[in-house]
Amino acid sequence: MKQHLAFAGKSFLRMLLLMAAVSIVTFALVSASPIDPLQANVGQAALGSMSEAQKEKLRSYWGVDTPPAERYINWAKDAVRGDFGTSLLYRQPVTTVIAVKLSNSLFLMGLAWVISGLLGFLLGVIAGVCKGRLADKLIKGYSLLIASTPAFWIALLLLIVFGVWLKVLPIGLSVPIGVEASGVTFMDRVSHAILPAAALSITGVSNIALHTREKMIDIMESDYVLFARARGESTRSIIFRHGLRNVLLPAMTLQFASISEIIGGSVLVEQVFSYPGLGQAAVAAGTGSDVPLLMGITLITALITFLGNFAANLLYGVIDPRIRRGGRRA
Amino acid sequence: MSCTNKRHILEIDELSISFLQYENEKSSRQIELPVISKLSVSVHEGEIVAVVGSSGSGKSLLAHAILNLLPYNAHVSGEMYFDGELLTPKMREELRGNKIAFVPQSTTYLDPLMPVGTLVGGRKKDKERRKKQRELFKRYGLDETVDGKYPFECSGGMTRRVLLTSAMMGNPELIIADEPTPGMDLALARQSMEDFRAFADEGKGVLLITHDIELALEVADRIAVFYAGTTVEEAPVSDFAREETLRHPYTKALWRALPQNGFQALPGVQPYVKSLPEGCPFGPRCADFSQVCQGEIPMQRVGCGTVRCARISGEPLAVHEHHHGSPGGVK
Repeated sequence: MKQHLAFAGKSFLRMLLLMAAVSIVTFALVSASPIDPLQANVGQAALGSMSEAQKEKLRSYWGVDTPPAERYINWAKDAVRGDFGTSLLYRQPVTTVIAVKLSNSLFLMGLAWVISGLLGFLLGVIAGVCKGRLADKLIKGYSLLIASTPAFWIALLLLIVFGVWLKVLPIGLSVPIGVEASGVTFMDRVSHAILPAAALSITGVSNIALHTREKMIDIMESDYVLFARARGESTRSIIFRHGLRNVLLPAMTLQFASISEIIGGSVLVEQVFSYPGLGQAAVAAGTGSDVPLLMGITLITALITFLGNFAANLLYGVIDPRIRRGGRRA
Repeated sequence: MSCTNKRHILEIDELSISFLQYENEKSSRQIELPVISKLSVSVHEGEIVAVVGSSGSGKSLLAHAILNLLPYNAHVSGEMYFDGELLTPKMREELRGNKIAFVPQSTTYLDPLMPVGTLVGGRKKDKERRKKQRELFKRYGLDETVDGKYPFECSGGMTRRVLLTSAMMGNPELIIADEPTPGMDLALARQSMEDFRAFADEGKGVLLITHDIELALEVADRIAVFYAGTTVEEAPVSDFAREETLRHPYTKALWRALPQNGFQALPGVQPYVKSLPEGCPFGPRCADFSQVCQGEIPMQRVGCGTVRCARISGEPLAVHEHHHGSPGGVK
């Protein structure tokens, strides 16, 4: 029990440090960016028609001339209390904006995460077991091809084929155009999420499949599989008794580590499909110099990634007997 | 092949194994790397036969070859007979875990994520097998708490015994044990050797692959000396009592290297498979090396053993000696 508390405490401390580091780096990068906050928020034309005094007033209102370190500390003081400020672009509290965008994205990213994880695992296991044979060559070929293809390009292809040519799926957004919010059905949401989720899954699969394949090959060439054969176990039994058991741990690590990749991919894919999720909001916040929102989004994605890895660590303890029992004994 | 008319359990005739490998990191040219060449050894009923050779000489591959467990880039030639029957690769696969049991050499042969009781006895609902597994564990002093232990929780000695019991699960006729004793204390090593003895005395056979010649001298009935990928001599253990009764110069050198016989090490090292000399692989280290050693050297019979040396003249081996044993022969 004491051990578990120590582990939880350590993890929490790590999380705080990570959040602090991420916020500082983000802030530094935004401060160094060449985008003029005044021009970005007011607009070129409006800015041109303003008098110098008006501009000065806006500047001091937004704190443009305050030194970055001071600005950061001001932000951090409020952030610690849970106040992440107001988004300049959406004119709403950052937390509200993130809540809305995240709920849109979570559906999409969750779907892609599960599909790419399961499919990647399955393909990886098959390829690893059939190393060198046709199935392996096909899966490996597919994975290498997709791994070297940008996600947004796949998204564009899907959009062209299914949205424009076949017209079976909507070309963008998360809900139908011209329909009241109350009239949007669950199926509407699903049909709008299919293409972006597919784009994310297709690219996510390759990475997981290639890694799983490599692990599976190691396992199939391991001493304990050789011994299982020597005891007369069939290939089928070896895969199910020893292969899956041993490949599960590295696969799980990958699966949770891939959360960050799904988030990264969603930024591009959401942009292509004009899907109003977190990824698109991040792009808007970055190009629109909406620092509070950008900080909020960076922190929340860092947090999700951290929690994913943390969950993987916890699951090790449950699945791997060497950690479960070894830890207890030590 | 020896002075016995006992039934042959296993007979290996001129087994050669080579691996297809890339010449080096840069080259795309593949070369054949011979690791075992023309190895012959046989196990009769009631016998423990030790294959003795230095570490890293490819002895383990012999065990893997018998069970058809070599990787895909291995090429195997030669013949194997089990109970007088010529074995096809398919038959060898059917024999493993059944008539032929394998005791591997290290703890890495246990699935790290499976409790050893499950590994040996299968799933809990498989009552028959679990019962047998429990009995065997009990016989080897592994109590019930061991059943649920994972390999990382087992000591070296426990692991060896687990590996041993897994071999006994299928009522084998032949056990192939690959270095079964390192890591065991003397008492435990003795005990497992006694177990092999008891197993052999039931009219079964044990092929013991080891680098420990003293251990082999203590428990084996016959010893096959392995050098640079082949057997240079096969002799009853009684021939090892004196140097004069031994045949091959390498065996004699081994004998002289034993602590009780002078403790004289032979200078030089075993040649690596990539740079094997022409003819006799022992040639470069042999005091009696001469012109005749450079050609192909056949295995010949001298007394109750066989030897592969050009400077010794014995009777040629009959081509199909294998079938002289009749099932249920004299014990």
